[in-house]
Amino acid sequence: MKLELRGITKRFPGVVANDNVNLTLNTGEVLSLIGENGAGKSTLMSVLYGMYKPDEGDILLDGSPKVFTSPADAIAAGIGMVHQHFMLVPVFTVAENVVLGVEPTGALGKLHIDEARRMVREISDKYSLDLDPDAVIEDLPVGVQQRVEIVKVLLRDAKVVVFDEPTAVLTPSEIIEFFEIVKTLVSAGRGVVFITHKLKEALNIADRIAVLRRGKVVGEVDPKTATESQIAEMMVGRPVQLIVNKNSASAGDVVLKVTDLTVLDADGRKHVENVSFEVRAGEIVGVAGVQGNGQTELVEALTGLRKATGGTITLDGKDLTHSNPRERHQMGMAHIPEDRQRQGLVGGLSVAENLVLTRYHDDQFSHGVVVDWDAANAIADTLISEYDIRTPSKETGVGTLSGGNQQKVIVARELSRDLRLTIAAQPTRGVDVGSIEYIHSRIVKERDAGTAVLIVSTELEEVMALSDRLLVMYRGRVVAELDPKKSTPMEVGLYMAGSRPDSAVNA
Amino acid sequence: MNIAVDSDAPLLSLEQRKRARNVGFSLVFLGLVSAFLLAGRPGNAGFKLVDTYTVFLPAQPFARALAVALVALGAIQLFRGFGKWTNVVLAIATGTFVIAFLTWAASGGSFSLTGMLQDTVTRSVPITLGAIAGILCERSGIINIAIEGQLLGGAFAGAVVGSLYGPWAGLLGAIAMGVGLSAILAVFAIRFRVDQVIVGFAINFFSLGLTSFLAQRVLTPHPEYNIVRPFTPYAVPLLSKIPVIGVVLFTQTLFVYVSIIAVVVSTWFLYRTRWGLRTRAIGEYPQAAGTLGVDVIKLRYRNVWIAGAVAGLGGAWWPLGTVGRFDQNITNGRGFIALAAVIFGRWHPVGALTAALVFGLSEAIQLKMSNLDTGIPSEFLLMAPYIVTLIVVAGFVGRSRAPKAAGQAYDASK
Repeated sequence: MKLELRGITKRFPGVVANDNVNLTLNTGEVLSLIGENGAGKSTLMSVLYGMYKPDEGDILLDGSPKVFTSPADAIAAGIGMVHQHFMLVPVFTVAENVVLGVEPTGALGKLHIDEARRMVREISDKYSLDLDPDAVIEDLPVGVQQRVEIVKVLLRDAKVVVFDEPTAVLTPSEIIEFFEIVKTLVSAGRGVVFITHKLKEALNIADRIAVLRRGKVVGEVDPKTATESQIAEMMVGRPVQLIVNKNSASAGDVVLKVTDLTVLDADGRKHVENVSFEVRAGEIVGVAGVQGNGQTELVEALTGLRKATGGTITLDGKDLTHSNPRERHQMGMAHIPEDRQRQGLVGGLSVAENLVLTRYHDDQFSHGVVVDWDAANAIADTLISEYDIRTPSKETGVGTLSGGNQQKVIVARELSRDLRLTIAAQPTRGVDVGSIEYIHSRIVKERDAGTAVLIVSTELEEVMALSDRLLVMYRGRVVAELDPKKSTPMEVGLYMAGSRPDSAVNA
Repeated sequence: MNIAVDSDAPLLSLEQRKRARNVGFSLVFLGLVSAFLLAGRPGNAGFKLVDTYTVFLPAQPFARALAVALVALGAIQLFRGFGKWTNVVLAIATGTFVIAFLTWAASGGSFSLTGMLQDTVTRSVPITLGAIAGILCERSGIINIAIEGQLLGGAFAGAVVGSLYGPWAGLLGAIAMGVGLSAILAVFAIRFRVDQVIVGFAINFFSLGLTSFLAQRVLTPHPEYNIVRPFTPYAVPLLSKIPVIGVVLFTQTLFVYVSIIAVVVSTWFLYRTRWGLRTRAIGEYPQAAGTLGVDVIKLRYRNVWIAGAVAGLGGAWWPLGTVGRFDQNITNGRGFIALAAVIFGRWHPVGALTAALVFGLSEAIQLKMSNLDTGIPSEFLLMAPYIVTLIVVAGFVGRSRAPKAAGQAYDASK
């Protein structure tokens, strides 16, 4: 089936999300749609999937125009979508999730669950996906959950399968398996749209790459001839530095020392278990791991947002295991949190107010209980220009800025003072390529000024490029300490998945 | 790396261990209560099962024996644990404790045990139906705090329509009123995405205010609008001849039979049909169902309406199943007890029925006690059954898990 998008335009109040977009997908082909956050990839696919009605333009399947008013229409026309956040009911079994919406039923709507199981098994066998129809979703690893999503799409006999950022949650070895599945789909005559912001993967799997910028298709490239920096330049609109530029570290004294740290939640589940490590002045220590292996809880315990159940944390030799976040802050700890909207910023407050959010009570900014707004505004102006924050004014609500600029507000606030330790979690998540480059250089600069830096990221490439030493977390434990210069992503990926590269010897 | 594990003690989570310990303490506590309070009165207690047969239990020895047994069981639980048998042990222990309590209260006299159990079943009806209304809503992602208001509305409409056109019409009137009140909940919660708890409370106050106002201004001057012939008990052929059970379960009004059918039917539909699968899906993760073409909004509307009908029917129990009239605030908080039954029953109709029976039993015991001369203050009598209920609930239920999306408005574009 040939899919054509012709002149698609979708406007939201104040923005043109898609501006006269033309795309074609042929049978048995992988088209990669690449672009920064906010470039309009997701909007375009929501239009295709019947979730948004385009203001202009047509969707054509094999040459005949179609109008989709709901996902049901798109599904019926042979379009399937695997969303970035899996659309699976966690407490249901695989079979229940797969047949939801197209249930095999009898009288009174009685569910034929045996039939559903058989359908899952059939597709699973045909594409060698190895799924147990009776497994409950929440017990399955994300890689397997993704295969359930694929079975859902195949059961509905989709001729065009759209994958929205499918590799974001996968380990390197799961990504390789995923690419195998994509190849099987394509060889079975289905078309695949692969949405991503990872240049390497697009080059690896796609037959054609379409680049989106500010709602427009700015060009199509052939992955056989194109290079990463060429595509990145198309995405951003200017040349971009893709490699992190840094000299080797000169590590000094131990700044952060974590000993046997254990973190339990209210239900008694262990998120962090007996973790010990050190971060020295002037070095960047990275923590790699698949999302949900205790990194979030580790950072929260280090920054005082969550109680440490056991173990100790010291900064420059002082025990701060039971200190509150402000005390830690005053001892020279900076925190760039993983969820900037929830933990890093107050969306309703202005850029200037957010910039002094951690310091308004210092003598510099307050006379008794009254905030000195002249001083605060002056420092805000300085930071806005120094950190290149693109904002209409310092009075603008921070929630209206782009993701990259919001992140720069946090980086400016946290790094613009004398620091001993910087903790950055997912520092570039949802941030455009241009800002990533800037934030990385800022972090390296901080290291070179003698600060100890701890980076936690699920983006393996990022954490390997930035860190001088690399820890890998799996199920709440640090399972490996590696030298990123001497390790391959594949090797780190094995630790992230819980297996040891040398397990064949040890077993 | 092997941690030494006691082979017959499975690894328990912190929460499970805490619960096991609490169960142990509860057993010891119940034992001490029977030793010091319940063993205080001599004499035999008579429990009349059928007209011709009464069982006599010696109150003091029974309480003493029970006290020893409970403390022993508690000690075993604390030091060793019953593992998977914990709930069974706790159920038997609590049941025996209730009997000891009754023995103590009835010592030197006798009362009809069968009558009390029959009363238990009768009184559980509005709680069961209210809880099913709550389950149908919450399983589809709408929190229904308005059960109380729907019961009250149903009771009012049942009385008035029943007085004018007969009890069958009264039933229909009550159902219509329940649907009407739930439609308010549906429109505000689903269409306008207002906070569901707030809408629910507003409906409760609206329903209480409206029915009280109408009762004073219309029903008081026109008593002919507030006198209805209730349904009389119907003895099921053959089944009602079984001793004890026949009276308790099969010599009841229409309402008891309807609520049992409602439990069976709603369980079957929730777990065995397409409607049930979709309902549970939109209560857990509506986006997942929505992207597969399920019309989340429509299904939520439908479920809230059906729930309203069930609650309205439950409200009709007061005028049409018992007293034959409507009084101000006649439901007196049963809707909130139904809400508790939803949670204690873990959002499952059978669980809710069990919880409703426990609450029904507490009401029945409390009524019976006030007739017996026990010498304890009536305030304590009102309290005691609930204390037992709390212990049972803390022990049996542990922590239950609500449908994940309950309380969240659905927006298809997100």
